[in-house]
Amino acid sequence: MTEKVIMLGNEAYARGAYEAGCKVSAAYPGTPSTEISENIVKYDEIYSEWSPNEKVAMEVAIGASISGVRALASMKHVGLNVASDPLFTVAYSGVNGGLVVIVADDPGLYSSQNEQDTRAVARAAKVPVLEPSDSAEAKEFVKFAFELSEKYDTPVIVRSTTRLSHSQGMVELNDRTEIEDKPYVRDFAKNVMMPANAKGRHLVVESREIALTKDGCDFPINHIEYNDRKIGIITSGIPYHYVKDALPEASVLKLGMVNPLPKQLIEEFAANVEKLFIVEELDPIIEEQVKSWGILAIGKEILTVQGEYSANLLRKAIKGENIYVIPSAQVPNRPPILCPGCPHRSVYSVLNKLKIHGAGDIGCYTLGAVAPLSVVDTTICMGASISSLHGMEKAKGKDYIKNWVAVIGDSTFMHTGINSLINMVYNKGTGTVMILDNSTTGMTGHQDHAATGKTLKGEPTYSVDLEELCRAVGVKHVYVINAFDTMNLEKVVKEAVAMDEVAVIIAQSPCVLLDKSPVAKQFCVDTDVCKKCGMCMKPGCPAITKRDDGAIVINDTMCNGCGLCETLCKFNAIKPVHLR
Amino acid sequence: METKNIMIVGVGGQGTLLTSRILGGLTIHAGYDVKLSEVHGMAQRGGSVVTFVRYGEKVYEPVVEEGQADVLIAFERLEAKRYAHFLKKDGVILVNDQKIDPMPVVIGAAKYPENIIEELEKNYRVYKVNAMEEAKKLGNSKVFNVIVLGMAAQHMDFSKEDWLTVIERTVPAKTVELNKKAFEVGYHLHN
Repeated sequence: MTEKVIMLGNEAYARGAYEAGCKVSAAYPGTPSTEISENIVKYDEIYSEWSPNEKVAMEVAIGASISGVRALASMKHVGLNVASDPLFTVAYSGVNGGLVVIVADDPGLYSSQNEQDTRAVARAAKVPVLEPSDSAEAKEFVKFAFELSEKYDTPVIVRSTTRLSHSQGMVELNDRTEIEDKPYVRDFAKNVMMPANAKGRHLVVESREIALTKDGCDFPINHIEYNDRKIGIITSGIPYHYVKDALPEASVLKLGMVNPLPKQLIEEFAANVEKLFIVEELDPIIEEQVKSWGILAIGKEILTVQGEYSANLLRKAIKGENIYVIPSAQVPNRPPILCPGCPHRSVYSVLNKLKIHGAGDIGCYTLGAVAPLSVVDTTICMGASISSLHGMEKAKGKDYIKNWVAVIGDSTFMHTGINSLINMVYNKGTGTVMILDNSTTGMTGHQDHAATGKTLKGEPTYSVDLEELCRAVGVKHVYVINAFDTMNLEKVVKEAVAMDEVAVIIAQSPCVLLDKSPVAKQFCVDTDVCKKCGMCMKPGCPAITKRDDGAIVINDTMCNGCGLCETLCKFNAIKPVHLR
Repeated sequence: METKNIMIVGVGGQGTLLTSRILGGLTIHAGYDVKLSEVHGMAQRGGSVVTFVRYGEKVYEPVVEEGQADVLIAFERLEAKRYAHFLKKDGVILVNDQKIDPMPVVIGAAKYPENIIEELEKNYRVYKVNAMEEAKKLGNSKVFNVIVLGMAAQHMDFSKEDWLTVIERTVPAKTVELNKKAFEVGYHLHN
């Protein structure tokens, strides 16, 4: 069958895994990688799961590989940091069934806390990296990655970027190749990475790198397109398309494998063009290696290490074209915000009122950092809210954190927050932790996790009881409270921060976007009663606006009926409207 | 043919991803090569979002750059103004005449610009509709974006039948009739 369809990059990665005969897939959601698993789950031939974090996902895939089947782990770039511990060592022990890791970088920072380059991590780990440039290649490169993995006995990373993962392009579908399970063979020297064995494997890794550096010159995914030889460009991934649009006349060496680099092929190309440019988004990974071989090339002297490239950016930088564009209009920004009806807004309105600082974490609730809520003071990485609050206490004493809480979502708590809570109790901390439990992984688009009672496949499963879990690690004061019960919330927060013991407040209310049914109740302002004091507007609900004449109105296409504004109005001017 | 560049802009949560799926399906149905670039994740939470659609014989770059767009489909007024400079000189704007205050305006740190559409009309061909009102007349405000798409269809290279076929394939089964009606409303607005 050869059917042509349009596919999101992430959908194409999933299809590639399917066609390659992959049998096990594990991941933790993270933009821009989430849709890989959301598409893999559609294939019954592949067992797929959400793991609590990327390290676990990587290890699940490693186990499947050791047992003898093709396995995949997928994650965003910062997820690879969490999973780097197993990655660096499975690079030594290698594979039985093919092991592929898809990692999606985020040049331009659409939805991440940093802009790190996965190729640098892969170089340090000595793991081969393939980099496709569109949906069609995304699918094919995953299949090739599985082949490479088995042939060279190594995990293989397929590097994506936001632009590729979230672009749709044409893909030709092929059938799935059923790969026979390999037998498991006990291999002490290969699979037990104790020092004596790891020494031997390190040498294997080094010879593998040498072999790939040589063999890569003949891989069809590394190819030269000779054209006018005045300008030669080495590029890979999405930037290849910017090169083709901006410099159709140039000669191009398109690298499909960006680690290790096919040295001889690059030397040949460099020798055959007059002026050599290297076009790669983020860090000068290719450039620094090529220059270290004594090849003259131009790269980051004229191209940025920050953000995404574009065809115009190359026209300007390489061709020196003066491209006039009408400047953008001066208009107010529209940053992302908490949705109307979001339970986080209710919690933050209480913290804001109590002038409490939040040690923050990664999720929708990071948005509590911006005005008008301005509650979240710090955001580092998954799980850091609880441990960084603990660090503040140990640095400055328990009284210093009496106006601080850690705020963390349920999914993030299960990801790595639980470790930090164990540490806080173990090391005699006194911090207050608020788990904003909206029963889902919100920011990435509603994925289940170990405390939602459902698997990636949608099957019912055991749901971790967060309250019991906190008690089990030694937290004596655990409050479970409705996130919209602001009066009770205020009382409990005051009580918890005043205590000289660890307290956990689980503020529960499902993400407002989870319930797709039409809203049953909305609120409206009785303009005869309203004093226009603006109290209802303090938490920054986007459904509530002030008209030019000063009247406060609630937008009936946006109101989700949470009622937070009603509780804030001292004059009973906000009234419910029942719709069904 | 030269590659055609379409942009869909709006506020995260307004359904830009559904409209981009419809446009993607349409370009394939008509036999073009296509690249379509979307925004997922954080910006989908009420932020300014943009989708790029490029179709033609062979498409490389997946994004539309300043001064290149043929058609700008805007689901909100301010977003039309924000992205208007992406249009070519004779570009067309289809705008849903709706105002959604961004947070800086809600908290009084900025002012929502006045006379946006009148200003845009000085430089571009602008077609506007209060799609939200029209959608409410159909009984479901959520289909407002398909009304705007119907309006945009008059300025693109696909037959009405193709649009309806692809809408039928793309939207959830129980909303097919409603979405088709919404498309018709937009399609006949500026005839």
